[in-house]
Amino acid sequence: MKIGVLALQGDVSEHIKMIELAGANAVPVKTIENIKKIDGLIIPGGESTTIGKLIKNYKLEVIIKERINKGMPVYGTCTGMILLAKKIQRFEQFTFDILDITVVRNAFGRQVDSMEIDLDVKGFDSKFHAIFIRGPVAINLGPDVEVLSSIPEGAVFLRQNNILVSSFHPELGNDIRIHRYFLDMIKK
Amino acid sequence: MEKSFGTIKVKRGLAQMLKGGVIMDVTSVEQAKIAEEAGAVSVMALERIPADIRKQGGVARMADPKLIKDIMNAVTIPVMAKVRIGHFAEAQVIEAIGVDFIDESEVLTPADEIHHINKWDFKVPFVCGARNLGEALRRIAEGAAMIRTKGEPGTGNIVEAVKHMRLVMDEIRKIQNMSEEELYQEAKELQSPIELVKEVKGLGRLPVVNFAAGGIATPADASLMMQLGADGIFVGSGIFKSSNPRKRAKAIVSATTYFDDPKIVAKVSEDLGEEMPGIDIRELEETEKMQTRGE
Repeated sequence: MKIGVLALQGDVSEHIKMIELAGANAVPVKTIENIKKIDGLIIPGGESTTIGKLIKNYKLEVIIKERINKGMPVYGTCTGMILLAKKIQRFEQFTFDILDITVVRNAFGRQVDSMEIDLDVKGFDSKFHAIFIRGPVAINLGPDVEVLSSIPEGAVFLRQNNILVSSFHPELGNDIRIHRYFLDMIKK
Repeated sequence: MEKSFGTIKVKRGLAQMLKGGVIMDVTSVEQAKIAEEAGAVSVMALERIPADIRKQGGVARMADPKLIKDIMNAVTIPVMAKVRIGHFAEAQVIEAIGVDFIDESEVLTPADEIHHINKWDFKVPFVCGARNLGEALRRIAEGAAMIRTKGEPGTGNIVEAVKHMRLVMDEIRKIQNMSEEELYQEAKELQSPIELVKEVKGLGRLPVVNFAAGGIATPADASLMMQLGADGIFVGSGIFKSSNPRKRAKAIVSATTYFDDPKIVAKVSEDLGEEMPGIDIRELEETEKMQTRGE
């Protein structure tokens, strides 16, 4: 099993480390050829405006969307959540238009409002320590979207079939449960 | 639900989100929009770019808060701003505006010749320049959440940034080969806390993100610095002192992402027009060098 981490920009090495800790192989991917050869894709944290532009400029849009539509599991953190969403509140930007949510970008404010919280997560037997960096939240969830964790501002960890997204960054901590959950999605 | 703000993870985390990206100096709303459109991960809001500070002389201070706020309102990417070395009151002002990252920068005229800002006092993260490992670890000890090479700002000459990046990488490799007892002497020589020296040995890299800055002017410059181990790129005067900023900004972003693919770097390097005029570092007087400020 080989996981690709989209390596156009962002915290790529952090995700690779977490996947390795969870017991699988991960490689950075940034070309169409690489993306054809993976069993699951992680869209890391980064700047969504930048990564969106690079996806378009280097024509990775079609292959990524096609593979997700054919069932390849994908996990997006923060920027990944924004790029997979159908709608973005107040901003015009590129998305794959595939996950039935509306994203509120920078939902908590600017960097001084970035924070750490202990979250209840569906299916986990203890709290998950979550790190939010200028994070988004999801609202107006579609019927196929399952909420795995939410806070008063909106949903922060959710799944729609083969698509998993979180507003926060498990790759910045040491808790591998979410990466393991993603690997289980690929195994099934 | 208890929320913790301004923690070390949150501060260093924002720098991690910027990895593999380009941070561009801008002096107006219009330039900030060009930078965002070209794919910059962040913009540094300034009143004058380093090349002009160098040329015009005088005391360089933090930018007008109005200008910084206008730029913050014009783009969605994080906004950085510079303060003078040791000028914690300027940093308080910048934090109050809500800027996402502060650069305690040698490009501005130092306000304190001995002390840097105690960056642990702030919720906003700081980036600082360093020419070698000791300097980098001292800044991290003071609370910096991100490091960049100093290079020689405003020269369009990459030579000093290369020197600083190679030196830091070389010193890290040296520490990795040291035995535990040698680390204490090394910490003394580096004038850095032993805990950080041990951490560097364990990680095989700095404990925070390390960008290249100072003199980057072309896509190939960006690729060079990434291949030397930089986590990302700052471009100061290189973009808006060139003849076609839009095209050059986009090309430097591409060359940073695809730094290991010479075909792409070649393609984006075509027909970019005039670069900023460069300065030979050997022609600079010692007093004209910015990199020696704040050690």
